[in-house]
Amino acid sequence: MSLIVKDLHAGIEGTEIVKGLSLEVPKGEVHAIMGPNGSGKSTLSKVIAGHEDYVVTGGSVTLDGANLLELAVDERARAGIFLAFQYPADVPGVSNANFIRAALQARMPKGEELDAVAYYKELYARMDQLGMDRKFTARSVNEGFSGGEKKRNEILQMMMLDPKYCVLDETDSGLDIDALKVVAEGVNSMRSPERGFLIITHYQRLLDYIQPDHVHVLAGGKIVRSGGKELALELEERGYDFLKEEHLTTA
Amino acid sequence: MSEAVKTLDADTKSAINIDREKGDFRYPEKHKFNAGTGLTAATIDYICDVKGDKDWVREFRHRALKVFEGKPMPTHWATKDLENIDFDKIRYYLSDGAKPKRTWDEVPDDVKETFERLGIPQQERAFLAGVEAQFDSEAAYSNVKEELSKEGVIFVNSNEGLNEHEDIFRPYFGKVIPTGDNKFSALNSAVFSGGSFIYVPKGVKVKHPLQAYFRINSENFGQFERTLIICDEGAELTYMEGCTAPKFETATLHSAVVELVALKGAKIQYITVQNWSSNVFNLVTKRGLAMEDAEVRWIDCNIGSRLTMKYPGVVMKGKGARGEVISIALANSGQHQDTGAKMIHAADNTTSNVVSKSISVGEGRSTYRGQVHIPKHLKGCRNNTECDALLINSNSRTDTYPAITVKGNQHATQHEASVSQVSEEMLFYMQQRGLSEAAAMSLAVNGFVNELVREFPMEYSVELKRLIELEMEGSVG
Repeated sequence: MSLIVKDLHAGIEGTEIVKGLSLEVPKGEVHAIMGPNGSGKSTLSKVIAGHEDYVVTGGSVTLDGANLLELAVDERARAGIFLAFQYPADVPGVSNANFIRAALQARMPKGEELDAVAYYKELYARMDQLGMDRKFTARSVNEGFSGGEKKRNEILQMMMLDPKYCVLDETDSGLDIDALKVVAEGVNSMRSPERGFLIITHYQRLLDYIQPDHVHVLAGGKIVRSGGKELALELEERGYDFLKEEHLTTA
Repeated sequence: MSEAVKTLDADTKSAINIDREKGDFRYPEKHKFNAGTGLTAATIDYICDVKGDKDWVREFRHRALKVFEGKPMPTHWATKDLENIDFDKIRYYLSDGAKPKRTWDEVPDDVKETFERLGIPQQERAFLAGVEAQFDSEAAYSNVKEELSKEGVIFVNSNEGLNEHEDIFRPYFGKVIPTGDNKFSALNSAVFSGGSFIYVPKGVKVKHPLQAYFRINSENFGQFERTLIICDEGAELTYMEGCTAPKFETATLHSAVVELVALKGAKIQYITVQNWSSNVFNLVTKRGLAMEDAEVRWIDCNIGSRLTMKYPGVVMKGKGARGEVISIALANSGQHQDTGAKMIHAADNTTSNVVSKSISVGEGRSTYRGQVHIPKHLKGCRNNTECDALLINSNSRTDTYPAITVKGNQHATQHEASVSQVSEEMLFYMQQRGLSEAAAMSLAVNGFVNELVREFPMEYSVELKRLIELEMEGSVG
């Protein structure tokens, strides 16, 4: 059971950004994707989620054997893909509690209603875990939230929706160290043999708190190197430039 | 249409269809009285004879007909679509001649079934203090809870109001909205039938809402109800009206006049959920008079109709009076919601508030027209106007025409307007959480109107949210 990306080619408005990317995230594992700006990290996350601006020109993405690319955005989500956004959108007038509730309700069989009491109990427990004030249940989704509050809110939704595969797109960007720790603890608490993680990050910092099983380096739209968690440390010390050169010389 | 909508399962589709078409059914016509097609002085006499109008009412109607005939269509500022109303093809009065019944058991089966399908008797039992149910030109049912009658509350139709309570209603009848206010108020004054006449005595606070439901069952027909509500000093009332009609091949006309009078310290809240079918021209004049420290609130939701033109107003005639218009309009393809508010400050320290939210879907068009008038000789007047428009598709349309006339420098006014769109990023975000495109859209739209929906009573706000969802379900993509 895995999220498998095979020889993926994808881009936006006629420009190819991901150029033959292959990757397998089995359930139970945490994979980190690191890479410099413009290497295709965010494109990968958008393509997995199904953003319509991104066009897939080759390759495949499968979720536990099913062709993900055939599904609409919401169908992929209900199939178990969760994307924690780098820049989550505001949803004015829709309270956080109602939003998450609607998302859960969308996963229920026809005619079944979500148990509201159990839902709030779970919601409050998760908010406590993330150190979120109760007032965030009534506030409009992400509206007026600080950067850190938005990221916590992403993790809250991730916890509540219980996805099979979590893609975190630069969740660490713009977070202070305390918020980073809270987010990392949230992710760690969700690690399970039943769930896979793909953590996209520019910096090694987040990986101090979330220990990855595998680290991949993305450059020029493909994975140029894979290794264990020590690869992240190496990148931290030496920067990305040497990899680019290495990649160019081997290409 | 998007994938998400196309893939709705059959159950959902049929559930949606039943609800969206909730009002789209009709029973065979069996009218005992029919004024025929077209409008002449003879039509007026026919209506007067059937209704047993007093001479002064008959004269009032005939004068109004002349005013109506003398006034041009307001197409110099309003939509040209008005020219498509053919006054010669409309039937102006249809009824079975029976007086409104006091119990549902006495109401003829087809009419009773109509209102049962619309949920009116059920609502009456659940939360209403009184109901009037109008079927074409006349009320089929009218009843008010006994304790209210004992307190002296009068809740009757216009005929009964003018005939049996002339002393109470005549002094205000046609005073808040004169016959010549506009072409359609003149038309209503000529052929009015049905509607509610309500009097709430001094100091009586009616706890539960009174409701009127207006139903058009017949084709090529015009419904012209006339409502006059008087709250005596310190009295309070919430009144709600709903309306539906089946979808006919030809255009149907609904042209009401609603006058409210709130005497010193009185409060009137008038709530409308308009869900006419998409062939109805809904041209309604509504205005309230607020005396010293009185309050008139219009809470108005327009979802249906082909063209709605409605600008509820408040004339704040007494010191410290307050006027408010809260409105939601949803214009889908083939619809034009031309709505707004009129706030006329005519005394010191009067306050008005207008909050309008419109949603344009597909090729739907919404227009806001606002008028705020504060003359120079007054002091301490305040107005707040907010109008926000949401465009769902690139071919949706919205226009705003605010006219704020404030003279003198002892007043405070503020005006805010915005136009926004449901952004693709917002939709993507919501869909990534598992919501279908249609569900995401309706959640976004409900979010847009959320703060206003809360102003509606619980029973209506649930219905309202549902209606908005249903409108959105079929219109994305």
